[in-house]
Amino acid sequence: MKDMSPIDRPLLQVAGLSKYYGARIGCEAVGFELWPGEVMGIVGESGSGKTTLLNCLAGQLAPDAGQVLFDLDGIATDTVTMSEPERRRLARTDWAFVHQHAADGLRMNVSAGGNVGERLMAIGARRYGDIRTQALDWLGRVEISGDRIDDRPTAFSGGMRQRLQIARNLVTGPRLVFMDEPTGGLDVSVQARLLDLMRGLVREMGLSAIIVTHDLAVVRLLADRLMVMKDGQVVETGLTDQVLDDPQHGYTQLLVSSVLQV
Amino acid sequence: MSEYNFAYLDEQTKRMIRRAILKGLAIPGYQVPFASREMPMPYGWGTGGVQVSAATLTPDDTFKVIDQGADDTTNAVSIRKFFEKTAGVATTERTAEATVIQTRHRIPEQELTEDQILVYQVPIPEPLRFLEPSEVETRKMHALEEYGLMHVKLYEDIARHGEIATAYAYPVKVEGRYVMDPSPIPKFDNPKLEMAAIQLFGAGREQRIYALPPYTKVVSLDFEDYPFERTRAPQDCGLCGANDSYLDEVIMDDAGRRMFVCSDTDFCRARREDGHQGAMAAAAEALT
Repeated sequence: MKDMSPIDRPLLQVAGLSKYYGARIGCEAVGFELWPGEVMGIVGESGSGKTTLLNCLAGQLAPDAGQVLFDLDGIATDTVTMSEPERRRLARTDWAFVHQHAADGLRMNVSAGGNVGERLMAIGARRYGDIRTQALDWLGRVEISGDRIDDRPTAFSGGMRQRLQIARNLVTGPRLVFMDEPTGGLDVSVQARLLDLMRGLVREMGLSAIIVTHDLAVVRLLADRLMVMKDGQVVETGLTDQVLDDPQHGYTQLLVSSVLQV
Repeated sequence: MSEYNFAYLDEQTKRMIRRAILKGLAIPGYQVPFASREMPMPYGWGTGGVQVSAATLTPDDTFKVIDQGADDTTNAVSIRKFFEKTAGVATTERTAEATVIQTRHRIPEQELTEDQILVYQVPIPEPLRFLEPSEVETRKMHALEEYGLMHVKLYEDIARHGEIATAYAYPVKVEGRYVMDPSPIPKFDNPKLEMAAIQLFGAGREQRIYALPPYTKVVSLDFEDYPFERTRAPQDCGLCGANDSYLDEVIMDDAGRRMFVCSDTDFCRARREDGHQGAMAAAAEALT
């Protein structure tokens, strides 16, 4: 779908990103590059700074130091120092944010169609018929049947809500998706279906994504690359299979061996 | 009269309100916060409108109050009496004679002139409120002109009812900038918002004042394929026969009899005085 031909520059360049909560470290001196079409996983235990990092990257939290350069029409633009209107525009066009709890990312008192259509209307869509058609198309793509379009998310199951949240975020064709524990709180069969769906969408749309999770199975399926965090620091990075199959850092080894083998 | 300062409020308060009004006029559609005072009437009874009227009135003004178009309902009568007592201004029921008109939920049928001021009572000034509960967020949305959410509300209307079912407090865009709640006037009145008179909106409980200067461009929001439509009951007024005024439905008994009458009582009376007669005028006469 996307024009992917000249990949000669990274989509996102992060350098020296730090966030402190008083004397405590949220995350410290994080740096990496994300290339178009690449999916990066951030893993680590609770309190390791994953979500802080993600919020800093997505402009929802102001970092204390560092740069987040996003590729805007070939110009690497620092999203930390850009003005708030610009950042908010970015957040509803080129970026998408999938929350752990769908209720945080959806308008629960607005129908499924309205939820999907909101971003379209936010960027200027003013034809009801077109908005409706696109909403139906996207509900179909996330396997929600079209006759649920006028139901509110309160009437949806957890898995459906999460899929609706994904549809709502992807409808404007963003280039970068931030996901915070997208499968958290879902039972395993629903998780599997969601992961399958996300993998399909990421490949089909050529999306870049940053996925924060503590679930190694999720990154094994979705992520190309992995970053392991502990106490606000990045302790290991590498290709997903390499990190998971041959962990170097002591903490990563602990993390990998903690997973129950069924 | 001597017990009260002119028009009840003290002069400092009136100056504060006038500053808010001037700011509102300078930024059409922008909600200006002001330090709303306790008034000797409950919130929801027009405390915002009363404060704006008090700050606007001069001893030479002629004051008119309408409630849902009528001059003789409780709210209108009590506010009119309030200013008769505290300001001693002349009052009238005739739209043309009034210089300041305080209104709840209607714009008079008769076209207003440049010499008049229309003061609205506003319950909830924030048009985005029912979709976005956070005031911090809605202010930011106004500041950054992020009005996509307003269309989500209209989308929901069409999805649920097959048309834009919002019939009152229909959101408008002012001079291509601020989205504004025109207070709960019927959408029939929306096209009249572009008028010669100054329009001031006061919300007492919510502590906001906003304004429309004369001849300000006011556009009702809609979709290209579901354009804004002005609606009225498809009847003629039972008393004066008017076919172009906004009508109230009046239930006459428990056997299903009803009649439609102009909601603007002054407009209806003037027409009847001019000799116009509706289909039920004679029957209504017999009842009284």
